[in-house]
Amino acid sequence: MRLQLPNPGLEDRILSHEELDKLETEEAGRGDRPKWDNKTQYMLTCVGFCVGLGNVWRFPYLCQSHGGGAFMIPFLILLVLEGVPLLHLEFAIGQRLRKGSLGVWSTIHPYLAGVGIASMFVSLMISLYYNTIMAWVMWYLFNSFQETLPWSQCPLNYNLTGLVSECEQSSPVDYFWYRETLNTTPDIGANGGLQWWMVLCLVSAWAVLYICIIRGIETTGKAVYVTSTLPYVVLSIFLIRGLTLKGSLSGVVFLFTPNLTELTNPTTWLDAGAQVFYSFSIAFGGLISFSSYNSVHNNCEQDAVIISAVNGFTSVYAATVIYTIIGFRATERFDNCLGGNILALLNTFDLPEGNVTESNYDQVLQSLNGTYPEVIQGLNLKTCDLNTFLSEGVEGTGLAFIVFTEAITKMPASPVWSVLFFIMLFCLGLSSMFGNIEGVLVPLQDLGVFPKSWPKESTTGITCVLCCIVGLIFVQGSGNYWLSLFDSFAGSIPLLIIAFCEMVGVVYLYGIDRFNDDIEFMIGHKPNLFWQITWRFVSPAIMFVIFVFYFITKVQETPMYKAWNPESDNFPTLEEKEYPTWIFAIIFILAGIPGLSVPLTAIYKCLRNRCCKKDNEFKQDDLNTIAKQVQLTDEATKNKPDIPETADGR
Amino acid sequence: MHCCSHIILLFGQAICTVGDNCYRAVTFLKEGMLVWILFLLCQVGAPALAQDLCQRDAPNGYKVRISLKTALGEDAYEWNQSEMFFFQATMAFAMRRHFQMETYNVDNIILCVQTSRVSFWFVVTSPDNTTMLIPKADVEKAVRMSRHRINNAFLLSDRTLEFLGIYPTLAATVNPDTPPWLIVFGVVIGAVCAGIIALLVSSLLQKRRKEKGMTEDGQDEEDMQVKGVENGINLDGTYNRGFTDDDRFTKL
Repeated sequence: MRLQLPNPGLEDRILSHEELDKLETEEAGRGDRPKWDNKTQYMLTCVGFCVGLGNVWRFPYLCQSHGGGAFMIPFLILLVLEGVPLLHLEFAIGQRLRKGSLGVWSTIHPYLAGVGIASMFVSLMISLYYNTIMAWVMWYLFNSFQETLPWSQCPLNYNLTGLVSECEQSSPVDYFWYRETLNTTPDIGANGGLQWWMVLCLVSAWAVLYICIIRGIETTGKAVYVTSTLPYVVLSIFLIRGLTLKGSLSGVVFLFTPNLTELTNPTTWLDAGAQVFYSFSIAFGGLISFSSYNSVHNNCEQDAVIISAVNGFTSVYAATVIYTIIGFRATERFDNCLGGNILALLNTFDLPEGNVTESNYDQVLQSLNGTYPEVIQGLNLKTCDLNTFLSEGVEGTGLAFIVFTEAITKMPASPVWSVLFFIMLFCLGLSSMFGNIEGVLVPLQDLGVFPKSWPKESTTGITCVLCCIVGLIFVQGSGNYWLSLFDSFAGSIPLLIIAFCEMVGVVYLYGIDRFNDDIEFMIGHKPNLFWQITWRFVSPAIMFVIFVFYFITKVQETPMYKAWNPESDNFPTLEEKEYPTWIFAIIFILAGIPGLSVPLTAIYKCLRNRCCKKDNEFKQDDLNTIAKQVQLTDEATKNKPDIPETADGR
Repeated sequence: MHCCSHIILLFGQAICTVGDNCYRAVTFLKEGMLVWILFLLCQVGAPALAQDLCQRDAPNGYKVRISLKTALGEDAYEWNQSEMFFFQATMAFAMRRHFQMETYNVDNIILCVQTSRVSFWFVVTSPDNTTMLIPKADVEKAVRMSRHRINNAFLLSDRTLEFLGIYPTLAATVNPDTPPWLIVFGVVIGAVCAGIIALLVSSLLQKRRKEKGMTEDGQDEEDMQVKGVENGINLDGTYNRGFTDDDRFTKL
C-alpha cells in the first residue's frame, strides 16, 4: 500500500471532477476567475518567470568555475530529476485545485496553510530587493543615451589638474558603479542616506511594474509578448556581434572546455542542484497561481517539459553569448598588458618601433634579461596571461555592471549596445517580477487583507506603493550590502523548506493515488513511472540533501560581506568584513520567519482546533469557496424557486 | 659660426697690438695660417661647444619621444634630417609665440642623442647669447602654449609626441546643464504615468457603462441569464440571480 497520511475532510474541500467540468462551462461566461486569453500568453508568462537574471549572470559563472562543458552533465541530470518533476507538480496542483498557493495548501490540509504563508513571505522579500536591481538597470539604461558613456572615462577632479583619485586607482567602470550609482558607504552600519537619483529610478521601476500588473493577468498577459521575447532577440544580436569581435572564440572555448575531474567534487553537484532549483522559481507560489487560471484539461505535463527545456536552453545560450563578450574583453586586456610591456622595453632601450612584437616578445625579453638584468627588474613588467583574464570569473551584479559595461565601452557604437543590453536585462527582470508579485498579491487576496469590494487596480497599487517605500532601504548608501544580505538569506533556505513541504504535502497528504487520478482526468493519461519515482522518492531526497548541505555550510561559516572601502589597504580589491552582531537578528527574520511559519501555523491551527473543539471546523472555514457556490447553485436550480423581478438585496 | 668669427677677430686684434707696423709683412703669412687653423678648429669646436650645452640628461633640456608607427600605422613617414629641421623650426616658432619680443631661429634649437626609437634631446639657446640656455621652466611654458600646433604639425598626438616631463593638459569635460539621464527618465515616467491614468480612467468608464447598461436596458442580459442562455448555450434550469456576484445587489 502506498504511504498516505490521514487527511479527513479532504473530499469536502476540493471540487470533484464533475464539478470541475461544470465549472469549466459556467466559468466561460461569467469571468469569475481571471483567465488567459490564449495558451501563448500562459507559456510566455511562465517562461518569463523562470528565465530571469540568474540565467544570464549566475549560470555562466557556475559553468566556467566548475569545469566548463563538464558542468552540463550534473546540470542536465538534475534538471531532469529535480526541475521537471517539481514544475509538473506545481502546474498540476494549481490547475486541479484552481487556487493560488495559499488556497491550494489550505485546501490540501488546513495545517499546511503555513506553506502558503511562507511562500508569500519569500515572494514579498524577494520582490522588495529584486525591483531594486531593476532600478539599477534603469539607471544604467537612462545613462546609455549619451555619445560617450559616462563609465568609459574617469571624471576630472575639483581643480581640473588630474583624474579623481578613487577612479584612478580602480577603473572608470568600478568608479561609476560604486560611487556614481550606488555611492556606497564603507560599512553596512553607515547608512549614508537616501541617494535621490536611485530613489527616482526605484519609483520608475515600480511604476513600470504597476502598469504591467494593474489589472492582473489581463495586462500582464499583454506585457509578456514583449518582455519574454525581447531578451532572445537581443541575445541573438549580441551573439552575432560578439562572434565578429576579436578573441570571442577563445572565451567560448574557455567556457565549454570540459574538466571532468570537477565531477568528483560534491560542490559541483550541489551548485548544479541549487541553480536548477532557483532558476525554476519553484516554491514562490507564482507558478501555482498562473496555472490555476488555465482550463482544467490543459496539458500541464507537456507544459512542464517544454518550459524546463526552454529554461535549460536559455541558460546555455546566454552563457555562450556572455562568454563571447568576456573573451573579447580578456583578449583586449591581454593585448593592452602586452602592449604596455613592449612599450616599456622600446622606451627603455630606445629600440625602433616594430622591433618587438607579440610574436618575438619572449625571445627579446630573454636576450635583454641576459644582458641587462637589473634594468629589466627595475621595469616591473607585468605577467600577461590570457587564461588569468578569462578566469576572472565574475557573477551577479559585478558581471552586468562592471565587466560587461567595460566590454561594451570597447566596442564601436557603444551606446547602441549598452541600450540593447540593459533593455534585455530589464525585460528579463520584469517578467520574473510578474511571477513574484503574483505570489504576493494572490495570498493577500486569499487572506482577506484587502476588502473584496475594492477594485483590482487599487490592491495592486497599494501593494506596489508599500513595497516601494520599504524598498527605500536598498537605495541608501549601504543599500548594496542589504541587498546581498537579502539575496543570500531570504531567497535560499526558506525556498528549499517550502519545496520539500510541497512535495511531501502533495504526495503523502493529498495522496499520490488521488493525484494520479486527477492528472488522468485533466490530461487523459496517467503519469508514467518516471513521474512516480521522481515525485515520491528522488526529488524529495535531492531537496533534502541540498537543504542539509546548504544549512550546514551557511551555519558553519561566519557571514562576511565585501565592502568597497577607498581607505582600505588593498583598494581596489573589495574588503572582506564581518557582519555586525545586530545583523543576526535580521538574518533570523529573513530566513527564520518563512521557514518557521510552516510548523508554527500548523501548531496554531491545531491548538485552535483542539481548544475550540468544533467538529465541523474544516467545513465551516471554507464557506465561500467555489465548491460551496457550485453546490448551492446546483441545489437552487433543482428547486426552481420563483425569483422576484426586483431584488431587495441579500 | 658667430663664435668663430668672434674668436678670429679677437685673436687678430691681439696679434696686431703686439707689433704695430714692423712685422706686418712678415707676420701676414703667419696670421693667414693661424686664421686658417683657427677656422678649422672652430668648425670642430663649435659643435663641441654646442654639444656641451646639449647632452643626455641636460639640466635645461627635454627628451622628445616620437612614435610614428603607433600613430600613423602604414601612413607613417620616415624620420630623417628634414624632419629634424622641421622640428627645430616648430620649436623656434613655439618659442617666438611665447616670448613675443625675441626672435628665435632654427639655430637656437640644438638637438642631440638621436636614437632609432625615435627619440632625441634638445636645448634652446638665447638668440642674443648662444652660450646661454633658456631655463627649463620657460621652455615648458612655450611648449604647453603651442602643444596643439606642434602635435598637428607632425600629425601626432599628445601620446605619440611626448615631451618627457611636460604632462599634457587634460581636456575639460563638457558638463551639460541637465544630465541626459534625467531627460530619459522624464520621458519614461511621463509615458508610464499617462498609461496608468489611461487604464484607470478606462476601467472606471467601463464600470460606469456597465452600471448604466444594467439599469436602463440591462434587463436583456438578465433575462437571458434567467432563461438559462449563456454565451448562446441553453442550460437546463433557471439561473438563480440570488447568487450572482453583482455589485448592484450588495450596494445599498
